[in-house]
Order: sequence, then C-alpha cells, then structure tokens
Amino acid sequence: MARITAGVTTSHVPAIGVAIDRGETTTDYWAPVFAGYEWSRKWMAENLPDVVILVYNDHASNFSLEVIPTFAIGCAESYRVADEGFGPRPVPEVQGHADLSCHLAEQLILEEFDLTVVNRLDVDHGLTVPMSLLFGQPQAWPVRVVPIAVNVVQYPQPTGRRCYELGKAIGRAVASFPEDLTVHVWGTGGMSHQLQGPRAGLINPTFDNAFLDRIVDDPERLTHIAHLEYLREAGSEGIELIMWLIMRGALGERVTPLHRFYHVPASNTAVGHLVLDAG
Amino acid sequence: MAERPDFDDIPGTTVFTAERSRRGFHLNQFCMSLMKPENRARFKADERAYLDEWPLTEAQKAAVLARDYNAAIAEGGNIYFLAKIFATDGRSFADAAANMTGMTPEAYREMMLHGGRSPEGNRSIKEGR
Repeated sequence: MARITAGVTTSHVPAIGVAIDRGETTTDYWAPVFAGYEWSRKWMAENLPDVVILVYNDHASNFSLEVIPTFAIGCAESYRVADEGFGPRPVPEVQGHADLSCHLAEQLILEEFDLTVVNRLDVDHGLTVPMSLLFGQPQAWPVRVVPIAVNVVQYPQPTGRRCYELGKAIGRAVASFPEDLTVHVWGTGGMSHQLQGPRAGLINPTFDNAFLDRIVDDPERLTHIAHLEYLREAGSEGIELIMWLIMRGALGERVTPLHRFYHVPASNTAVGHLVLDAG
Repeated sequence: MAERPDFDDIPGTTVFTAERSRRGFHLNQFCMSLMKPENRARFKADERAYLDEWPLTEAQKAAVLARDYNAAIAEGGNIYFLAKIFATDGRSFADAAANMTGMTPEAYREMMLHGGRSPEGNRSIKEGR
C-alpha cells in the first residue's frame, strides 16, 4: 500500500533557481536563504520518498490563456523543463509516476474533484525550484513526481476550503493505491508577495507567521481566508498559499513539525518553509 | 450568487479577472510567444514589426515598446505573461517590480532588504488602513 509519510511547504521564487543555477548560493544576499534549507536537504537525503505529489502553479509556461484549468494533474511518464523566456533551467527532466497519477485522477474525479488530465506538461520554476532547494543539483532527480497544477493566475482561484478538501481526497486516494510506495506531498508558493502595480513589494510577516503556525495546528481556520483577505494581507500573489492547504489536507489530522524557516526577502517575496512528519 | 469583492478598494493592485483576461488575450499570447528563442530573436531585431504581427491595440503595443508594465496591466496584461518580455530583456522580476512602483531598482532592492512594503495603510483605500 502507498502511504504519505511527510509534507513539505516552500516558496518557489524564480530568482532562487537563478541563484542555484549560477552558483551564487553563498553570496551575502543568498546565503541566509539557503541556510534555512540545509537541515531539510540532509533530512530529505535520509528520508527520500519514492514519489512526491508536487502541488504548484504554472506561471504562463505550459498553460496559456487558451485553457485555464482550475486543478490539473500530470499523468505523463516524464515532464520537460520549460523555457520561461531565458532558456530552460539546467536541471534534469522530471520523471513521473504515471500509474499513481492515473490512479489519483480516477479516484479524485470519482470523488467529484474534477481535475483536468494533462498528458503533456512542461514544468516551470514553480515545480523545479522546490526540487532544487530540497535535492540540490543531482544528475538525475532522486524521486518520481506527480505534478498537480492549481490556477492561481486568474481570478477566481479555487477557495482555500476546496484546496483543503482536495488534499484530504488525495490522502484517501494514495492510501488506496496497491503498490508499496512512500509518498510526500509538497505545497509550494507564497508567502506574502506582490509582483505587480504600485503596491509591488508588499510583505506581511505577521500574516505569514500566523499562517505558518496554523497550517500545522489549525488548518481548518485557514480555510476561511477569502480571496479579498489574501489580496489585502498577503499581496496579489500571496494567494499561492492556498496550495499549502492541499498538502495539509493530504497529511491527515495530526502532524509533527520537524523544521520551520522564514526569511525576507528573496527578490520580491517572503520565503516560508516547513517540513511536517505525517506520523 | 457570490458577490464580487471590491477589488478596486485595494491600493495599487489590479486583479486579473476573466474580463481582463479576455481584453488582454492577444497581448498575453504575444508574451508567451517569447518563450521560443527564434521568436525572441525576431522580436529583438524589430520590436515594432513583431508586435504588428499580433492583433493588439495601439495602447497595448505602446505599453510593450515603452516597457511600461503598469500600462500593460491596465490594457489586460498579466504579470506572469509580461514576465516573458523582461526575461527577454535579461531583466529580473525585482527590476520589473521597481518599474511598476516608480522606484529605482536600487531603492526598491533596499526597501525589500529592509522587510519590504508594509501592509499598514496599503490594505484598503476606503477604510484607510
């Protein structure tokens, strides 16, 4: 039987990927960011899962405005690294776990979560930056990945409540997969940031730290945060935090926090990171 | 029926709704075309000629040519799509953000190093908080 053993949340700032790819992780600016992931990288190396269900958002890389799926699941054997305007990141191709993807798609749709099935998907920094942060720069990624893409670009994004419930359904669907697999669920994006308009640069450490507290102990309360509150408090791009609720829903009622990190800034963004044990 | 919140009450922020997505469809699709190296090369060689291949309004073209990202957003652009333009220019997201705030890249970077823009006074125009 497959089982979820841990959850990870992390921001997926593109500039972090650039810093890694250019070997700038020890500069005065970047060293404090990467220091916050040192413990996690060691822990990850010792606790590698077979598969990561990686919840992220596409940033106008694979999905144009022609089709805007609210929730999409990759069901491919592998996923190419997208060219986001400056050439693809120099990271390995992402290997999928198509059997688990197909099982999840079937179970989730029958549970009335109408995910879009995607058989060809190029993945951008939203998916690859978290992998670089947790796995470093290997020749091949040490895990297989089931990508779940959430629309956070065009309003209305799915509600936090819907994301949390989807996470719970993912938890049930993983538990019914017959193969003996260990699985992590990662929720990426956030924390507070705004990338557009005269209010760009907004950061709200009070909101962020309360979110970090509650995602562990009281996720139910976070499901009541409405779109307007995310926009006001966490900036126009802070609504990415709904993706953390998918991770949290999948982990079950009680989790044990193993690691917590918060840092401002990485480029325009507040970086938040948690490792949660599902046991 | 769910009522749409008063997004215009949030200072300095444009929410990318389905209506804006319709209005900016061709502008944003143009941006996405810059994900291909051959298109980036053609755009760089003659920006105006490349833009003229797309059914854009004159205001949309002018915003792109001037790299006026606030104007591009007002014309239906979305920042994740517009990012392909400044990526093509070799500029960072922080530089583009500085452009939209009217700050120099140095002043913007300095603000971020000191904790970013506070939400105090930036939440609601009507409520002044």
